[in-house]
Amino acid sequence: MSSGVFRTIFQASVALAAAMPACAQQATPQPERMRELVHLVRQDCGSCHGLTLQGGLGPALTAAALRDKPQDSLVATILGGRPGTPMPPFHGIVAEDEAAWIVERLQEGFPADSGAAR
Amino acid sequence: MLHLIVKYMWWIVAVLLLSACATPQPPLRGTGDLGVVIERATGQVQVIETSGRKSLAQVSGLGDLSHASVVFSRDGRYAYVFGRDGGLTKVDLLTATIAGRVVQAGNSIGGAVSQDGRLVVAQNYEPGGIKAFDADTLELVADVPADYGAEGKRSKVVGLADLPGNRFIYSLFDANEIRVTDLSDPKSPKTERYPAGKQPYDALVTPDGRYYIAGLFGEDGLSMLDLWQPGQGVRTILPGYGRGEQALPVYKMPHLRGWAVAAGRVYLPAIGRHEVLVVELGSWKEVARIPVKSQPVFVMARPDGREVWVNFAFPDNGWMQVIDTFTNRLVDSFQPGRAILHLEFTPKGEAVWISARDDNKVAIYDTRSRQKIAELPAASPSGIFFTSRAFRTGF
Repeated sequence: MSSGVFRTIFQASVALAAAMPACAQQATPQPERMRELVHLVRQDCGSCHGLTLQGGLGPALTAAALRDKPQDSLVATILGGRPGTPMPPFHGIVAEDEAAWIVERLQEGFPADSGAAR
Repeated sequence: MLHLIVKYMWWIVAVLLLSACATPQPPLRGTGDLGVVIERATGQVQVIETSGRKSLAQVSGLGDLSHASVVFSRDGRYAYVFGRDGGLTKVDLLTATIAGRVVQAGNSIGGAVSQDGRLVVAQNYEPGGIKAFDADTLELVADVPADYGAEGKRSKVVGLADLPGNRFIYSLFDANEIRVTDLSDPKSPKTERYPAGKQPYDALVTPDGRYYIAGLFGEDGLSMLDLWQPGQGVRTILPGYGRGEQALPVYKMPHLRGWAVAAGRVYLPAIGRHEVLVVELGSWKEVARIPVKSQPVFVMARPDGREVWVNFAFPDNGWMQVIDTFTNRLVDSFQPGRAILHLEFTPKGEAVWISARDDNKVAIYDTRSRQKIAELPAASPSGIFFTSRAFRTGF
């Protein structure tokens, strides 16, 4: 019984740590993966949010629009989507630490696309 | 020496005259086999020719083309390019120059040309509404906000199409409405409102201008308005097509146009299901549902209607599939390149041009053999638009 409680607490804290990657010491993606992620955000997220991320069917994702938003909720939006809106979940397409890396880049002004992976 | 100059003076004069005449005069030509390819990342368009399968020129300075859409003047000479940043640019296909440009909104998604060719109308997300411009001068002639509710909120406008009588029909994503605005007198636009289904994301009008069908993101079904009997209001077609199952994620919204109509039926992308839905035109009975590779984006009939070609949303956007409309079965699946964003059939459909964004190319396929017959380089190409659209209602 008590080991079950400890396991639950352990699982909850693992989940909490994963949900707050901004606080955790996160892994930075490899350069080629960074390039892919930048391309994904600019081009494919861009089909709703615009190539310049000024918004479209989806809201603007500029630094000015996102700077004051909590990082963990932005990461949760990327991974889980927003039910009731056209925002789909990207869980399975980007990993949690990659979503956190994307959020940090968005909040500081997103880098330019240097094309698809070779 | 002098006598030599005198002797050959007439030759010298003739050569000088000829070289003066040689300043480039474009040869006379028609525009029926011309079109444009959007190069979305660089804000440029290529002017292309389908007969020679070649690029003729590049025109730059068109702004943010991330969701660029194009309509044509009724003489087929000018392309009106709508940019995401609200830019409306009139491109002269014969001289490959910008004949006019206005930034008319903060965030725009496309447009349409009136039946008489005199008005070009933009549909805008921000500020939500439609705006009409003089097709010659791009001077603003009407501004119709898509306001709704008591607080005067404005909705994003989607699914704009031209109708007979210089009317325009469109849908309000945020307000679940279809509206018809009569611009036969642009100084006093008259708008009729029809309650529709939840979150219309795009729409089409059938080639005869009779039926308007809006795809819905927010519910299983589509909203249909019979414009020959508008008093009947909006009717839901294909209700509950999702059968209550959990919707799959949609990584790119489908696009609807009159190309959905083929062989007396309408071929429609399902939302959140990897299916093409087939419904009988007029009776609206479901005829078939055809399982496909992924979330369909463009479900586009070849001009003769015998085949329907389908591309897909990320991450399966390297695929194309072909449906035979006689049997309603898939007859081909192939991968023309990376990130297939759009396709456009030549006016009579012997070839199809396909943009492969991540391969920086446009691939041209023979539609009978489904073999690639040519390739053109293009920087991050998205939409491909041929002038034959100028003569089709709803394009």
